[in-house]
Order: sequence, then C-alpha cells, then structure tokens
Amino acid sequence: MSHPIKKVEGITKESTQEMIDKALEIYPDKAKKKRVPHLAPNEGEGACVKSNRKTIPGVMSARGCAYAGAKGVVWGPIRDMVHVSHGPVGCGYYSWGTRRNLMSGINGVDQFAMQFTSDFQEKDIVYGGDKKLKTLLQEAKELFPLAKGISVLSECPVGLIGDDINSVAKASAKELDIPIIPCNCEGFRGVSQSLGHHISNDTIRDYIIETREFPEPIGPYDIALIGEYNIGGDAWSTKPLLEECGFNVKSVWTGDGEMEKIAATHQVKLNVIHCYRSMNYMCKVMEEKYGIPWIELNFFGPTKIRNSLRKLAELFDDSIKEKVEAVIAKYDPLMQAVIDEYKPRLEGKKVMLYVGGLRPRHTVNAYEDLGMAVVGSGYEFAHGDDYERTSPEMPEATVIYDDITEYEFEQFADTLKPDLIGSGIKEKYLFQKMGIPFRQMHSWDYSGPYHGYKGFPTFARDVDMAINSPTWSLVKAPF
Amino acid sequence: MANNLGLAVKPVTETPVEEVERVAAWINTEEYKDKNFARTSLVINPAHACQPLGAELAAHGFEGSLPFVHGSQGCASYYRSTMNRHFREPAPAVSDSMTEDGAVFGGQNNLHEALENAYALYKPKMMPIFTSCMPEIIGDDLTAFIKNAKNKGCVPQDFPLPYANTPSFNGSHIHGYDAMLLSILQTLTEGKAVEGRCTGKLNLIAGFDANTGNYREYKRILKEFGIPYTLLADISETFDSPLDGHYRIYPGGTKLDDAADSINGKATITLGPYATAKTFTWIKDNYAGKHVAMPTPFGITKTDAFLMKISELFGKPVPESLKAERGRALDLMTDAHQYIHGKKFAVYGDPDYLLGYVSFLLEMGAVPYHILCSKGTKKLEKEIQALLDASMYGKEGKIYMNKDLWHLRSLIMTDPVDAMIGETHGKFAARDAKIPLFRFGFPIFDRVNLHRVPLVGYQGVTNMLSTICNKFIDITDETCEDRFFEMMR
Repeated sequence: MSHPIKKVEGITKESTQEMIDKALEIYPDKAKKKRVPHLAPNEGEGACVKSNRKTIPGVMSARGCAYAGAKGVVWGPIRDMVHVSHGPVGCGYYSWGTRRNLMSGINGVDQFAMQFTSDFQEKDIVYGGDKKLKTLLQEAKELFPLAKGISVLSECPVGLIGDDINSVAKASAKELDIPIIPCNCEGFRGVSQSLGHHISNDTIRDYIIETREFPEPIGPYDIALIGEYNIGGDAWSTKPLLEECGFNVKSVWTGDGEMEKIAATHQVKLNVIHCYRSMNYMCKVMEEKYGIPWIELNFFGPTKIRNSLRKLAELFDDSIKEKVEAVIAKYDPLMQAVIDEYKPRLEGKKVMLYVGGLRPRHTVNAYEDLGMAVVGSGYEFAHGDDYERTSPEMPEATVIYDDITEYEFEQFADTLKPDLIGSGIKEKYLFQKMGIPFRQMHSWDYSGPYHGYKGFPTFARDVDMAINSPTWSLVKAPF
Repeated sequence: MANNLGLAVKPVTETPVEEVERVAAWINTEEYKDKNFARTSLVINPAHACQPLGAELAAHGFEGSLPFVHGSQGCASYYRSTMNRHFREPAPAVSDSMTEDGAVFGGQNNLHEALENAYALYKPKMMPIFTSCMPEIIGDDLTAFIKNAKNKGCVPQDFPLPYANTPSFNGSHIHGYDAMLLSILQTLTEGKAVEGRCTGKLNLIAGFDANTGNYREYKRILKEFGIPYTLLADISETFDSPLDGHYRIYPGGTKLDDAADSINGKATITLGPYATAKTFTWIKDNYAGKHVAMPTPFGITKTDAFLMKISELFGKPVPESLKAERGRALDLMTDAHQYIHGKKFAVYGDPDYLLGYVSFLLEMGAVPYHILCSKGTKKLEKEIQALLDASMYGKEGKIYMNKDLWHLRSLIMTDPVDAMIGETHGKFAARDAKIPLFRFGFPIFDRVNLHRVPLVGYQGVTNMLSTICNKFIDITDETCEDRFFEMMR
C-alpha cells in the first residue's frame, strides 16, 4: 500500500531539527552524543531513529523492565493461570491490576488477577529461594485447584543469587501434574520491557505450545488473535468482530487468555497479530515450525479497520470476502455518524504520542479519521522494524523520538503546542499542569475499549472530552 | 522444542460450570480458611510494598529534591507510577538504569553518569539516593561511589547527596521511608548543630503518610497555636500543586535551610513512630530540645494527646478555636453514633494508620473485629491489643500479624463484618463480602481526591465519621424494603 505524504503546516525538516538541537543543548556531551541518534524528523521511510539501546542513566525515562514486559504484558493477562512474582514483594505489588487487561471469570476461582509473590526476605537471598518456590507451588495448586497452570516470573534477585527456578518448575510440574512455566525475566535484563516480551514468547515456545490440542476438527477459518491484551475490554470488541466476519477465533494471546487454548494455537490456519512488538516472535516461530502464516492488522479507527479487514479477506475465499464487505457496510455509516459528531470540534487539532511499542503508529490514522494531525510520535521500547512501520504513517518531517526523556518531551511540547498528548501515567500530570489535555494511551485512561468498531466511538468521545472539557478554559484566573 | 516439562499432550478442556460453582463456594468455607492460613511460603495480595517506595516518598518531601533510584530503571517507573496513580500528580524521579553489565561490574559508572545528567537536566538542590534490589545483592558501596562522584565533579562537592540502603527483601515501604528520611536529615544537619542556639520551632514528622490533607491539617493546627514549626518531609505541595498552566518540577517541600536548622529546634515530634523508628532514635541522640514519638492523631483521644503535648512543650494553652473544633467533632460523634455503634469492621494497613483506625472505631463504640497488618511486629501487636483491652468494644477484636489480604478474605467470608477500612487493594475482598470499603490508607487508585481529605485531628474525625455513617445510611436506603424506605434517617 502506498502512502500519501502528509504535511502539517509549519513543520519542516529544518524546524524539527532545530527543535531537537535546542532540546539537547542542556545535556552533558556524552549524554548528548548518545541521545542524538534517537531523535529525528520523519523521513517518510525506513527507521529514522536508533532504538532498543540502553537508556542513558539519570534521566526520567518512561521505560520499565523485562519483568514488567513478562508479568504485565505477556503472561499476566492469561486469566486461568497463577502468575507468581518470584522475589521481593514490590514488583508484583506495583504490577497488580495496573495494566487494565480485563478478565472474565471469578476472581480466585477460575481467574487469578491477584498478586502472588514469594515475598523474598533476607534469608531467601542468603540461602536461595528454590525450596520456598517448591512449597509455594504446592500451596498454589492446593488453594487454586482450577488454575490451569502457574508461571514463575523471576525478579532481579533470583538471577543474581543463582537460583535454579527451571529445575524446580520441572520437578514440581511433574509432581503436581500442572504446567509450571519458569520465566527468567529479571528486570536487569535488556534495556526495556521489550526483552521481557521476547523471553516470555520464548517460554511459550518452550513450555506451552503443542502441549494441548483442540478436541474438535480444525476448520478453514480457524484463526488466533495474537498481541491483543484486552485493555479496557479491547478483545471483547475485536474477537466478536472477527467472528462476525466468519472466523473462528480459537485463542487470544493473551488478553483474557486461556492457557490451554494458547497451548493449542499451533493448530490454527492463520495468526492475526495486533501488537507486533510484543508477539512477533511467536508468530515467526509458528510460521517456521507449523507453517502458519501471520498478518498484521490495525483495529484503531474506521479507515484502518476497513483496510485491515479487506487485507485479511484477501487471504480467504469469497464467502469471507462477502461477510467482510457486509460487516464494513454495516459499520461504516455508524462510524461516519461518530465522525460527523466529533470532527467539527476536533478538526485541525494537533496530537503528540508517546507510548510503548505499537500505538504510536497504530493510532495515528484514528486521530486522522477525526480530522486531527499527529505532530510527534515515539516509543518506549520499539525496535528498528517498528520505526520502519512508523515513518509512512506520520506526516512529513514531524519529530520521531525514541525512549524520550521527560525533559525532551516537555521541550517538544512547549514548541509544538499540541492540543492533546497521548502517553502514560508518569507523563499525564506533568502535561496537565502545563494546561495540555492528556489521555493515557496505555490504559485508555480507565476507559475503553478503543479497538474495533465498538471501540472507536469511545475513543472519539474520550478525545473530544479531553480536548473540549470546559475546565481548561478556567485554568487562567481572571485576576 | 516445545513441552520442555515433558507433560503429556492433552485436549483443551473447559472447566464445567458446576465445578466452578463448587470451588467458588468452597473458598468461602472454614475448611478453606484453615488451608489458607496453613500457607507458609506463598503470599497472596499483600498490603505492603517494598522499601524504595517509602524512600521516594520521603525524598519528595524536600525543596528542590529529586529522588534518585540506584538500580534497575523499571523499579523507578514502578514507584513513580504508584505515586502518580495515588496522588494524580507528577512524581519526578530518576534512576541510573543499571543493567546486566552493572550486575557484573557494579553500579558506580551508572551512578556517576546519572548524577551528572540529572544535575544538568533537572537542576535539583538535592538528590536523595536509594537502592533497589540489584545493587543491594551485588553489594555496591554507596559511600565510596558517592565520594568518588564528588571528587570526579559529577556534582559540586557541597551538593547534598543523602543515601540510604533500602533492600526490597527486608521490611516494607515504611522502613524505606525511615532510612531515607534519616539519611536526608543526617546529611542536611551535618555540622549545623550550634551549641546554645534554639530556633524556637517545633519539628514535626508525619511518618509515611500519603494524605496531603493531613500535612495541611498539621500546619493549620500549629498556626492556630501560633507556634513556629518545620514540617519535615512535607509532601503537601509536592503532591498537591495548583493547576495554573505552568509545570513546576519542584513545587514545594521542606526548605533545605529549615531542615538543616531543625537540629537546633525547640522540640521534635514524630507522629508516625513505626515509620520513623530509626530516624527518631537518631534525633533523640543528636537534636536539641525535647523529643517525642506519639501515635498518628486519629480520633479524639490521640488528637487531645497531640494538642496537649504541643501545649506542654511550648507553654501555650490549647487555642479556643481548636477547643471549639473539638466540640463540633464531639457534636457530630453523638449525632452520628447510632449509625456506627456496634458495627463490626475489618481493618488493615500500615502500623501507624492501623493503630489510628482501631482507636477511632473504639471511641465510636464500633468494633474493630479483624485487624490485619501484612508487615508488622510483636510490638505493634501488643500496642493494638492494649487498645482493645482498654475498651469494652475491643473484646471481640482479633489481630492478624503478617497476614495478607487473601487471609483477610477468608476471615470476612467465614466471620462476616459490616465494613472494611483500608486501601484500594482490598476492594476485591470487599466486593465478594458485599460490604463497603472505606479508603483511608495508601494507595487509593480508584477514587478521586480522597488523598486530600484529612483524617487526622478533630477535622479528621469529622471526615471519617461523615464518610462512614452516610455510607451505612445509603446502604439502608438502597437495600431496605419499600415499606421501610423513609424520609428521615
């Protein structure tokens, strides 16, 4: 698909570069040198910036760690497993219910959105935690008999003291007859959450996939939805949408996920991936090993949804193509009504984005559907292939930033004067103090879903609400 | 490649509905409770965080202070976002982003580079340094690292760099608060003690208290008394700054000069003895004037004690305005007692708050029934027991030390109560038990503005009582049969 070159008035390669140079003036030389390759005007193709490098020490970075990528992103959303944060109490505490990957089921019975931890004490550091792990796995099995499996997610100390969680997991899995997945996702590994995604994908590869089989025969329309985490109920929008198009969604990775269905995903005919960054690894594994093709789709905003569904239909027969066209014909007018309502109030408004590994490119067009322009975008933990996918989506010469520091973000916002910033909780209140409307774009700011046709009206409403709230007009006191 | 566990390949199954229902009923039974309490290793839904979180709170409480995490950057992001979610405010803090090579070579290079960068970018007046797991395990020598940093010129020689070891595998957030506050005070007051000098001021320490309203309440009370004071680790502006179109990275905090001179104070009171145990011990040995550790003033009796102590230390009578306030609180207590008297509560939280909940409830004739601390001590247990023993409403109260919220769930499902007092994490248990949860503790992620509503002092009594009693009245209105739905309550 060729992309028309989009322009934003007043933004040129020179103006963007000048803004970048100015923001970097304050840095000590060594730090400046390291930051330069991570900030650039959009060139329209290729990766404009370097990425997946160490954060420079001492800055306010929004990044998390490998554990966060494993617990928060990949493993945590699987609803019918007990996920043990193995190590001291904090990591599990901070990641407890804070991502909004919603789950069906009864908490503590067949759904485990809870904080399970080995709560390491000094003695566990000194003598090792393997014995404790063995006991706690028995306790988990006994207290939560309907759990389909247990993941053991290592925190920093586990890797540093030389515990062998893999042996414990293997022995306990046999003894308890339940899958126990050791995941060596210590927070010091790698440079961001991203390595945690990769490590978790690898553990799915090594411990889960192929261990279950669907009892019913596999049909031609059996697919899996990968990289959909059900934030604010996203999967409850996308899964029914795909079903309406004639597909059988056999498993969702991993939002509201079920371990056994994930384990049988090697049987599906196609993998549909949404968050490429966090789960491309397993798509590639399944392609190589089981010959399952995969396709990247975008469920944000009617234009991208329409394009995505047609791209998907291309891989199937006429019956699917007809269903897809019927679905598009059904929803297009409804989406147009949403656009008609909000676009007059949002036309020409400027947005800056800074999110994790997908949304800084995937949501660009959804804003454009509402008449808005994205004037800056970047990622916490993207790689080169993500930036390659970003350039064509962004307007010409707009600023692209990788692992932006809070200082740079503030400087850019000060120059670009966006009408909305979409980023995370750590950035939210800073920009709101500056008087800039803000939406959390990791958690949908306690709203959602934003995916699919069900999500777009909510997205449009939230964007409008943020920008046009009358509260902003009262910020400046009359005295 | 797959199936490293060597388990048999099985068909995908669905748990039968009857089985789900059976287990759903089973987890509410005495039998389950016994199994649950027999746990020795698995901790489920603990109501406490790790030390560095508390260290960061203390570090935020000083002028121009930039909290600095020595360790993995993910840790810093977790602490910051916890603060952001609770206060709905910015929480600027940096980390030196240690990674694998730091684990091998130690974190000195990261620390030095980070100090230089943070100093250039965020222009702080102080950077309190505290540790997360990695440097604690590899044994980084902070004393040497910091000395070297100054010699290298990463920051000026006289730039305050207090530092605290705050291992996450020891204690909880309140201990990190204590360690960091101690180091900040030690650093700022070094060489500032002047023989014979007295600032005439009261030094007040709130302890690990994430309610900005409480800090404002303390200041108001002292203003009513007309007593000069230094509120140490004052987060009230840091985490409650006005929205006027300008972002200020350091909107408040105790002035560094005031903190430095606090060593020459007339008196020092800590109102969070469990969260300031080490700090207070050091203050007693080093600070001029009188030193008092007393409970967080929840309820009438503890507020009375606080005011009388100030009165005694400064030779000033309790002002008429506060006497009137006390009278108004009492007026509400008698007006409202019938809506809370005899009600059973499950309460959980940090030691200083927990003691406050218990004494407040006992004063109202309510029953603190299940009392749980997920990180407590024998000393705390004794102190709570003494409160229970002193009241006829304390007879039924049982204390559960070092138990978690999954234990508490078993307790309230097998031996029900009317309500819970705690923080956001208890909401699942409260929902299962179909009882209200009063969010007075930290953190509060799911309600707006509660961190600004003071709980201490007479005003705190009024606030807590209004919240609790009106909720019970709401429940009556919402659940009573039509024929009992009345105009008056």
